[in-house]
Amino acid sequence: MKAFWFRYRQNRGAVIGLVILALVLLCAVAAPFLFPRSPWSMVQRPFLPPFTMDGLPLGTDALGRDVLSGLFHGARVSLLVGLVSTVVALAIGIPIGALAGYYGGLADDMLMRFTEFFQTIPSFALAIVLLAIFQPSLAYVILAIAIVSWPPVARLVRGEVLSLRHREFVEAATLSGQSNLAIILKQVLPNALPPIIVLASLMVATAILLESSLSFLGLGDPNVMSWGYMIGAARTVLRTAWWLSFIPGIAIVLTVLALNLIGEGLNDALNPRLRRRQS
Amino acid sequence: MKTFRFLTTVAVIAMASALAAEEPVQGGTLNAVIQPEPPGLMLGLIQNGPTQMVAGQIYESLLRYDTDLNPMPSLAKEWSKSDDGLTYTFTLQDDVVWHDGAPFTSADVVFSVDVFLRETHARLRASLVHVASIEAPDDKTVVFTLNQPFGPFLGIFEVGTMPMIPKHIYEGTDFANNPANNTPIGTGPFKFQEWERGSYIHLVKNEDYYLEGKPHLDEIYYQVIPDAASRAVAFETGQVDLLPGGSIENFDIPRLTAMDNVCTTNAGWEFFGPHSWMWLNMHEGPMTDKNLRKAVMHALDREFARDALWNGNGTVAKGPVSSVTRFHEENTPDISFNPEKAKEYLAASGYDGETLRILPLPYGETWQRWAEATRQNLAEVGINSELVATDVAGWNQKVGAWDFDMAFTYLYQYGDPALGVARTYISSNIAQGSPWNNVSGYVNEEVDALFADAAIQADDAARQELYTKAQDIIVDDVPVAWMLELEFPTIYRCDLKNPVSTAIGVNDGLRDAWLVQN
Repeated sequence: MKAFWFRYRQNRGAVIGLVILALVLLCAVAAPFLFPRSPWSMVQRPFLPPFTMDGLPLGTDALGRDVLSGLFHGARVSLLVGLVSTVVALAIGIPIGALAGYYGGLADDMLMRFTEFFQTIPSFALAIVLLAIFQPSLAYVILAIAIVSWPPVARLVRGEVLSLRHREFVEAATLSGQSNLAIILKQVLPNALPPIIVLASLMVATAILLESSLSFLGLGDPNVMSWGYMIGAARTVLRTAWWLSFIPGIAIVLTVLALNLIGEGLNDALNPRLRRRQS
Repeated sequence: MKTFRFLTTVAVIAMASALAAEEPVQGGTLNAVIQPEPPGLMLGLIQNGPTQMVAGQIYESLLRYDTDLNPMPSLAKEWSKSDDGLTYTFTLQDDVVWHDGAPFTSADVVFSVDVFLRETHARLRASLVHVASIEAPDDKTVVFTLNQPFGPFLGIFEVGTMPMIPKHIYEGTDFANNPANNTPIGTGPFKFQEWERGSYIHLVKNEDYYLEGKPHLDEIYYQVIPDAASRAVAFETGQVDLLPGGSIENFDIPRLTAMDNVCTTNAGWEFFGPHSWMWLNMHEGPMTDKNLRKAVMHALDREFARDALWNGNGTVAKGPVSSVTRFHEENTPDISFNPEKAKEYLAASGYDGETLRILPLPYGETWQRWAEATRQNLAEVGINSELVATDVAGWNQKVGAWDFDMAFTYLYQYGDPALGVARTYISSNIAQGSPWNNVSGYVNEEVDALFADAAIQADDAARQELYTKAQDIIVDDVPVAWMLELEFPTIYRCDLKNPVSTAIGVNDGLRDAWLVQN
């Protein structure tokens, strides 16, 4: 663990990413304490510019809602969507990839054709279609994002499992009489984990972006204050109140950037052979 | 010297205003926006908004209405009413011809109303039940005989309600599938020239129009621009010079009206009187509780919505009848924004904190924001609610199926409570499946009787008394939560003079409009 941290912090960007993410997490956790009122509360006159009134440092939006409060509460939504949808996507992708890679043959063919079926549809278009079919609520937004983001996981896991499948330790486990399930869970998957972790960190970023895009298009949960919603609601006043889109936009950029930096740092730390930044 | 300069200034101003009031000039091409593209232009068959806006220049009816809803001559130059209120006699204009050259006569009127529109026009048909016979004693005279007095009768001669249809083209044909529907023939000031689908509709001046010197414009192009932001840009760049009410998003209005040489008017919607409210579901669920409905009503900050979302355009509604509609009663029971009162009513109600479903109107940003503000207004007094995301088809389906607790809508009033208000509140108009009838499910026998009685009074004072009583009762029952009397500003280049002079605005006003030639 110490060695891991040592390698991780070799990548300065990754450390910065971690700091930013920690800040976002802090915002998310602190939101209900710092802003106990609903972020939808109309607290002042609309279109108050930032830094013009005490207590409302970022001003108000088209309905007089506190932008800073929206930002904090939006952090909760973005992180929640990012994390949960990634977990769900992993829960779909890992078993499919592992089974396909481990058993090969017909099972592999069928599972991979199934995966490709999803991969051939542009993921954003598929998410829109899914949400048009479902009722747009937070749970369905998460589900839709998970459904469009699991195929890369399945392909990655399959590849890893394929390469591990015929290693000596797996054969040893087979000879010792372990069941296939036990071998997959205890021998193969733990060794396939590092690239999955790296991918997962990037998937969180993608999921946050997807949720923002969906909310921007008005396909998000209309009862949840998210960053994408804030941008979407403000795009119509872009020419008169540009900061209303800019501020949540910055929040998204920073969070996604942080997650990407972390992903890179994890990649460096978990793949010592690929150490690129030695200083 | 100073005095001299002052006098010159006065003289210049006087000259300028003299120039402004000068005689209309002839000629010019008007580019207007039409949104959305109409499904067709045969006004006898299709009466949705954009169709009326274009076809109102092609077709005409017997009367027009000024912005106070007083009838003015159109195809009828004179009209009279018998003392018992049962017989109305119209005398038609001389020398009116259809766009194809055939003369327009009283036989066309009888055919249009009694045959064509009776078959195709549901809204007019509802009024025609009061009409016993329509006769044409000679070429220039039409006599309507009623079964009983019908108060709003003189209000049904608007062009979208009763367009004149050429008998010589449609008699004996299958109206809906007549090929002539694609090349509409009317008597109006402009003739249909060309329709490039998805691009523009081109109308040209009717050289044989019966009014000498009218219309002033040579041609009109209705440009089809599907995206709201592009429509605003088209106006900014000068590609179009007339934006009919509702053709751009509200938040673009201040920007456009701040431009040089841009004029705007809120007039021209009086006949429609668009009235917005939330249906409150009285069929089942928490909204059956009158105290909860009153709590909702008092919780709504409608001034804020008007100022923040509608740029201050519109009037806070006092009840079911719009202030631009006839027989509006100003002194209805108080339904103003009052959170304290709302909390009192809420405490008296059986509301137990459950989450109510609000259905926003899926007509763009303004309505979405409005629903958000409403949800917040309700939360402030302790009513939990959530927005149900929906598209137009889903909205129609859900409202028609009574699958909501509160649902935004707005409807036209057509100038008279009997034509556009009663339908929302009378119990005989409750039927699942339509989002336009008495959707709330409001049943009050007294209100039913008042509306029925008021419609068949010949005397306006008697009608006012009945409608006042009905409005008092309805406002006290709160079957819907009234929001705003909407106003849709018409925005146009100031070079265009007089585009709005009637109660239906640019729908039939371009007859009298003219362009300053630079």
